[in-house]
Parts: sequence; C-alpha cells; structure tokens
Amino acid sequence: MLDDFMVRATLAGVGTALAAAPLGCFVVWRRMAYFGDATAHAAILGVALSLALSLPVFAGAMVVALVMATVVALLSGRGYAMDTLLGVMAHSALAFGLVAVSFLTNVRIDIMAYLFGDILAVSRGDLAVIWGGAALVLALVGWRWSALLVSTLNPDLARAAGIDPRREQLVLTLSLAIVVAVAIKVVGVLLITALLIIPAATARPFSRTPEIMAGLASVVGVAAAWGGLRLSYSFDTPTGPTIVCVVAVMFCLSSIVAALREGVSRRRTSGSA
Amino acid sequence: MKGLSVSFGANRVLDSVDFRIDRGEIVTVVGPNGSGKSTLLHALIGGVRPSTGSVRRAPGLRVGYVPQKLSLDATLPMTVRRFLGLPRRVSRETAQVALDHAGVPGVGRLQMSALSGGQFQRVLLARAILESPDLLILDEATAGLDQPGAAAFYRRIEEVRKETGCAVLMVSHDLHVVMSASDRVICLNGHICCEGTPEVVAEAPVYRALFGEGTKGALALYRHHHDHHHGPAHGHSHDGPTEQTRKAAADA
Repeated sequence: MLDDFMVRATLAGVGTALAAAPLGCFVVWRRMAYFGDATAHAAILGVALSLALSLPVFAGAMVVALVMATVVALLSGRGYAMDTLLGVMAHSALAFGLVAVSFLTNVRIDIMAYLFGDILAVSRGDLAVIWGGAALVLALVGWRWSALLVSTLNPDLARAAGIDPRREQLVLTLSLAIVVAVAIKVVGVLLITALLIIPAATARPFSRTPEIMAGLASVVGVAAAWGGLRLSYSFDTPTGPTIVCVVAVMFCLSSIVAALREGVSRRRTSGSA
Repeated sequence: MKGLSVSFGANRVLDSVDFRIDRGEIVTVVGPNGSGKSTLLHALIGGVRPSTGSVRRAPGLRVGYVPQKLSLDATLPMTVRRFLGLPRRVSRETAQVALDHAGVPGVGRLQMSALSGGQFQRVLLARAILESPDLLILDEATAGLDQPGAAAFYRRIEEVRKETGCAVLMVSHDLHVVMSASDRVICLNGHICCEGTPEVVAEAPVYRALFGEGTKGALALYRHHHDHHHGPAHGHSHDGPTEQTRKAAADA
C-alpha cells in the first residue's frame, strides 16, 4: 500500500495536520503566529547546514528551529518589542539560509522543495519521521494540556497552582520546532504557519471549550490535507500551496457561517424582546 | 516571610518586609501605586525571586489565587464549567458547590466572555476556593466593580472565610470597604509603614500622610460602633513611621 506515492503523500499530510492543529490552537491563543513564522523561516538555515554537513534534513531543520525558538523566547522582554525582534530574526535566518544554500555547489538541490514542500516525494523513511514527530508532539501537548491552558490564561494563576509557566513555554517551543521539522516536506517553511493557525481559526466559531476547538481544528486540518492533495492531483497544481488554499477557503466558509448565525441569533433576541 | 527584599534592576521595590499570616485571618495590604503590593503577592506565590530574605510556607499549604485581571483572548473558547476544572478536573457537584459559595450559582454553562464584571470576579473566586485552600490570595480582585459590587464581594469573602476557615490576604484600592472587612491591615510603601487593626491603621499618621483624611470618614460609615478618635497623634510627618504607629496602636 505504501508503494503508492499518493498514499504516502496522504499519510504525510494527515500526520502533519494532526500534530499541527492542537499546537496551532496554542499559537492562536497565545498570539504566537509570528513566533511560528520565525521558527519556520529559521529552518531553511538548518536545511542548508544539514546539506553542507551531510546530515539528515529533519535533524538540521529541527535543531536550528529549536535554537531560534529558544533565542526568541529568551530575548523577548529585553528591550525590543516582540514583533521587531521576530521580524529581525525570521528574515535574517531565511536570508542567511538562502545564501548558505547557494554556496553548496557540490549538491544540486531544488530550494523550492524546501520553501513550498514536496509532499509527493515523501519516502517511507520520511513517513516514519513525520508520524514519529507527530506522535511526539501530540503526546507532549496532551500530557501538558491543562498546565499549558492555565499558563496561557494567566502566568500567576499557573504559579499559584504550582505550575511553572516558563517550563510550559519550553514545551510549546519544543513542539513547534518538531512540527516545523516534519512539515518542511509537506508544505515547506513558508506555509507552515498556515497549517498551524488556519485550522484553529476555522474551528473557533464552533467551539465552546478549548478541547472542542483542538478537535475541530484537527478535523479541518486533516480534511484540508486530504482535499488539497486530491485537488492538486486533479488540476496538477503545487501540492503544499493547494492544501493551504483549501484550508483558507474552509476558514472563509466558517467565518461566513459564524457571521450569519450571529445575525440570526441577534434578530431572534431583538424579536423576542 | 522574613526580611524580604525584591529589586528590579537598581530599583528596590520591597525593603526588608517581615510578614506572616495565620489560619483564619483576613489581612489587607494597602499602599499607593508602586508601593510593592503586587510584588509582595508575587513573591508569596513564587512569581518573583527575592533578592534577600525568604518565604516560608507551612508544608502542604494550598493556595487559592484570584488575579487582578484575567484577560481571556477572544480566540480562546472557555465555559465557566471548564475553567473551574483547570488545572485539575473537578466533579460537577464540586464545581456547583464552589459557584454557590461564590454567589454565582447559575453561570456554569456560560462562556467566560459572556459574564459581567462582577460575575467574572466571582467565578475567579469560585475557582480559587474550589480545592479548599488554606490561604486565599486576592490581588485587587474588585478593581472593575462599583462600590456596592465590591462591598458584596468582600462580604462573600468573609463568608467563605467563616465557612472554610482559610486565611485571606488581599491587596486593594477600595480602602474603606476592604479595611472594614479585615482583621489586620498592613500599610505598605516599599517597606511596612504601619500595621494593625483597621481602626489603628486608619488613625496612623503615616497612613493619613499617604491617603489623606478623607478615608477615615468612609471607614466610619462601615464601622459605626468603632467610630471614635484614638488620641492626638495627628501629625503628618513621615519621619520615624514605626514609632508613631506603635504609639497609635498603644493609644488604641
């Protein structure tokens, strides 16, 4: 079954979406979207380094993403505003990465594959790494779920309950680096943030609790990965961007339905009053 | 808490503060903006590291904390019921009892964002008393409430104390309301200026120097039976605060 490249691609997309969706909820709740971007952009530097040193691309991307996320987390609140800091770090890392890749004359690589993903070229080995990483992220986030939620609500509330908010931040940072590393093959570094935040944002209007939102976001993410793959196969479009287009359309539909529903309930309340 | 000092950079926010609170006591910390009230609470829950001194807790002490403000991001869906179960899940009955105690029995199914200011603070209180804490800490918990709302909130706190026997430590700006509900008031301005029963502190010159005469009249409104003067110590100088306070306390 795994001999079919479409099956492998589908499994890769579904695995990435499953890991990205619950983590993406935290990225949305904690307003870390730009943080995710910076981490993802830094990964291209990791790709260049691992190609230069003949190391696995996953490992290099993950290590550099992790370093980036940690540096940003440590530097935040020390002088520069967070968005300035992230802007500097994200684009510097991307630029240095692209320049570094150009020095690699002995390896002929298609940089586009890392910028926008190359899901149809996923091998069995890649699949193992993607599902291993996804399982690790889901386990981490699931294990720390309540502590993460309390830290997200209010750091003092967490401390009073004996939770160290900095440690929970570290859990998120680590998970983010893993997701970035596994998602490179699927959507590429430029579109990873989309896979994190758009499913979560799509799920928001239909969620009463954080758990429902994470669950719905997973459903949205998986549907988008599957639908995007099918569409890109039918219309011969680039797969990573097609997946993001599908999830973006789902977000628009969700927003429209939410707006209509709100209008109806408002009319109902004013009618009954 | 012994000889506690906290510095942020070169700025010493708290200077050798000695402080203790016993079971069943309601203690209020008052002080002007920037006097280190919130820092004191943060040091107690372990949010800031003291530069000198130490915080000693009874072993196994359970702390319930009501923050000054909880800004829920609009993207985070949260029912009251789910909020009460953070970080540890609680049974439906336990949650309902806590909501009843806090005076908001009917809000369990609502979204946190749909609550009024008063309801929101009471839900925070419900969550704080959920695991029957030994010490309840409130950081300006009535900041967004009007005076009747704040007064009702403090009456609720007194009842909670009566029912559970927990100690209560509050920081507040609502001087008179808060003080009338306290057993002991600590007036803080980087160091402890004066402390004692509400009446003693309200009469203390240091306190008056910080807050003016006006607050005493308001305090009297809430405690008619204690409304009398405590001797002639009405000087407004800030020199040797401790001695003057002691004197005021002795006069009382």
